[in-house]
Amino acid sequence: MTKNASVVDLDQVVVRFSGDSGDGMQLAGNIFSTISATVGNDICTFPDYPADIRAPQGSLTGVSGFQVHIGADKVFTPGDKCDVLVAMNPAALKTQYKFCKPTAAIIIDTDCFQEADLKKADFKTLNAIEEMGIKNDVIAAPITQMVKDCLADSGMDNKAILKCRNMFALGLVCWLFNRDLTVAANMLKEKFAKKPGVAESNIKVIQAGYDYGHNTHSSVSHTYTVDTKGVKDKGTFMDINGNKATAYGLIAAAEKAGLKLYLGSYPITPATDVLHELAKHKSLGVTTVQCEDEIAGCASAIGASFAGALACTSTSGPGISLKSEAMNLAVIMELPLVVLDVQRGGPATGLPTKSEQTDLLQCLFGRNGESPIPVITATSPTDCFDSAYMACKMALEHMTPVVLMTDAFIANGSAAWKLPKLEDYPAINPPYVTPEMKETWAPYQRNAEGSRYWAIPGTEGFTHILGGLEKDNKTGDISTNPENHDLMTHLRQEKINKIQVPDVEVMGDADNAELLIVGFGGTFGHLHAAMDEMRAAGKKVALAHFKYINPLPKNTASVLKKYKKVVVAEQNLGQFAGWLRMKVDNFAPYQFNEVKGQPFAVSEMVTAFTEIYNK
Amino acid sequence: MSEYTAKDFKKGQPRWCPGCGDHFFLASLQKAMAEIGIAPYDTAVISGIGCSSRLPHYMATYGMNTIHGRAAAIATGCKVANPNLTVWQVSGDGDGLAIGGNHFIHANRRNIDMNMILLNNRIYGLTKGQYSPTSPRGFVSKSSPYGTVEDPFRPAELCFGARGHFFARAVATDAPGTIEVMKAAQAHRGASVCEILQNCVIFNEGTHESVYSAEGRKKNAIYLQHGKPMIFGENNEFGLMQEGFGLKVVKIGENGITEKDLLVHDAHCEDNTLQLKLALMEGPDFPVALGVIRDVEAPTYNDAVEAQIEDVKGKKKYHNFQELLMTNDTWEVK
Ligand SMILES: Cc1ncc(C[n+]2csc(CCOP(=O)(O)OP(=O)(O)O)c2C)c(N)n1
Ligand code: SF4
Ligand SMILES: [Mg+2]
Repeated sequence: MTKNASVVDLDQVVVRFSGDSGDGMQLAGNIFSTISATVGNDICTFPDYPADIRAPQGSLTGVSGFQVHIGADKVFTPGDKCDVLVAMNPAALKTQYKFCKPTAAIIIDTDCFQEADLKKADFKTLNAIEEMGIKNDVIAAPITQMVKDCLADSGMDNKAILKCRNMFALGLVCWLFNRDLTVAANMLKEKFAKKPGVAESNIKVIQAGYDYGHNTHSSVSHTYTVDTKGVKDKGTFMDINGNKATAYGLIAAAEKAGLKLYLGSYPITPATDVLHELAKHKSLGVTTVQCEDEIAGCASAIGASFAGALACTSTSGPGISLKSEAMNLAVIMELPLVVLDVQRGGPATGLPTKSEQTDLLQCLFGRNGESPIPVITATSPTDCFDSAYMACKMALEHMTPVVLMTDAFIANGSAAWKLPKLEDYPAINPPYVTPEMKETWAPYQRNAEGSRYWAIPGTEGFTHILGGLEKDNKTGDISTNPENHDLMTHLRQEKINKIQVPDVEVMGDADNAELLIVGFGGTFGHLHAAMDEMRAAGKKVALAHFKYINPLPKNTASVLKKYKKVVVAEQNLGQFAGWLRMKVDNFAPYQFNEVKGQPFAVSEMVTAFTEIYNK
Repeated sequence: MSEYTAKDFKKGQPRWCPGCGDHFFLASLQKAMAEIGIAPYDTAVISGIGCSSRLPHYMATYGMNTIHGRAAAIATGCKVANPNLTVWQVSGDGDGLAIGGNHFIHANRRNIDMNMILLNNRIYGLTKGQYSPTSPRGFVSKSSPYGTVEDPFRPAELCFGARGHFFARAVATDAPGTIEVMKAAQAHRGASVCEILQNCVIFNEGTHESVYSAEGRKKNAIYLQHGKPMIFGENNEFGLMQEGFGLKVVKIGENGITEKDLLVHDAHCEDNTLQLKLALMEGPDFPVALGVIRDVEAPTYNDAVEAQIEDVKGKKKYHNFQELLMTNDTWEVK
């Protein structure tokens, strides 16, 4: 044992907590990331839920992980591989070791590496470390026993005591990174406000874990600090995941627009948390209806929109398939509607808990007829807030359904978020009818942007009927006139084409890049990290990351044509590249496509992009 | 007195085939709305797709003629988001019970305060004559040239099975009967299912033959009225009595039976057993029940949603977005 381990200062570090799904790894990870954020580090987290939530205890399919990347400066991803792995049982070690860097330290609970535990994880011998050929530093601590000792006088039963093992591991990690425990104590006090005894026990165990590390310096030669560097963004922050940020964006937009927020939804992973979140906020007047299916979710939202609410419907890919007919009803009736697609692995039921970008073409085109719908893709957990807000603004001001796409990765991943001020966000002004229009108004009369006016039932003088049958331009009467249909088809398309979206920004070596990386949506962090790594290696690289997919930013063609080589990287087989080729003449990019249900690995991209760069 | 006349609810020229039952129903609905007296601009009429679903186009109210089967779901969102509106949902038997069957039962189960009109012609009219989920077993149609091999839904059974609290029936050509049912549906707070027996003169002529004319109804129908004994027949000579677990038709005056022995209709009875038996009666052995068969008060979904919002508003300390933010664990970077 090295009693006087040195303290090493790091720029960034990745910690991965893993254990059985009942081991509380998400909570431990969350607390650790918040502690780090509190001292001013940047954070990016990724919870990796088990594929099988009913897996037997201790089995390989029941492992739950939580990875957090903390940085002295900006971090963009939860990190490819970790510097510290906490493995609470053999199954965790076996399945999570692949996420370790060669230099990573591994923390295990030796009390859970007994014969029976090892068997559950299909180990053949009694020494898991040797069997796996692990050469890393291993802190092998009898965590369970120490937690039991620590709480022997607490009056808690054995089961409750064992639930605190995660806090011991957390304490140990806090020691390893010289973290102050005050924040953790405060968080636990708040979380268990109604059960002060539980809070106290948890705090005691964290301290025990910390002290254990301090007293034994077991098996590690250094402890670490990650000091905040660069210009600190000052203000009040919270940790937020993408789904919560999306829900908050909808709430904020409704408040700004002065409208009631309505959500019609049917539970589906990984979108359900948006329904959960909104259902909580009745005190803000939010109405959520858990419908009988996704069709009803969308249909009821259309009813709510007609009735004058800010209407949303939330789902994942399979639900979009069910909603598509109703989404088209909103297209032809020209009513505002926000449709949220939190993408998961497909096709069919696919990989419900995993992430990919395979719904892009479905959202753009997956409906009958000419059916233009704006599509916005959120680029990070915190950007879900802005994207949701902008989706609402666009839907309301242009009287159109808007698809907001996120994905399982950013929906569940979290990052530090500076609390926004609603007053800093742009006003939302739907094209309401005005009393003066009473005499002359017709349901499909349009304003300068090509939008219909919104006459809300209950308003005298504006009774009208909308519907799914083609309408006469102006009167809104059913029309089968060929010229009118052609005109309406064009008008609906032009209305969407005319929507103003911000230019796409070119990051990195915007002036002289040899290679432009292009992506969209939730891969922003990984693509940015890949660009950073290549530039650090002296290469001239830029990144154009798209958030507005339909309509595309005005500068799209000029950006894509400016660079010698362009690679479009996406988690599908080339849907965005295809969309860009459709919109930009003679655009022939390289492609990087991977559909593993996992976030991109920055290292793999750097290798692939470098190959293209050197061609 | 209502300040409206039927004219205030009329718009355009209906395009249904001459003689189609939908014409009759539309006229009665407009009269009923005028009598009810709710402003056209506070009224939303929402339909799906089908001949019958064209109806909102002929109403001077707010309205939507939407997509096939989804009227009940769309109407649900409309009512929940804007409870001040009076919502009428109009569907055919295909729209409401085939493609839209799921929404039909759930709107009943939730008890959304809206009037759910089911124009039952036992056929798909708009698509030119396929059998529907209310067509009887053996029914020959374009899509069942050798007769169907499936049993139909009986709308009342479906409504009751979904815990519906209001069910009434009228014949499209029977204006007073239809108007009465529409007014009762509007007076009922909750989901009010009204089955309208409607003739499709083109593809299913005569399906409701026995009760379609006034004379037919005299012979073959019974008008149920809450609190009144169940009497029917051309000369009011028949009545209904309970026998064992079932109903039986009796002749008043025969075997010493007097009016006092007859069942008295109780539309407000929570237990729907007898109401269901009445709703399922059919000829030739039994009269077809018309009027309000079940009308029981129950909490509505939209009222409960509003009440819960008010309740939570009182309990929670955050009432706007900025306050919501501060309910989270936050930290300062100075
Ligand atoms: C999704 C979809 N499927 C099928 C149709 C075709 N369709 C239109 S109306 C209808 C049936 C209409 O029957 P019903 O609801 O009983 O109305 P009716 O015409 O008899 O009044 C069908 C099958 C459609 N419009 N949309
Ligand atoms: S086809 Fe039948 S239901 Fe349709 S309008 Fe003609 S008569 Fe009426
Ligand atoms: Mg029909």
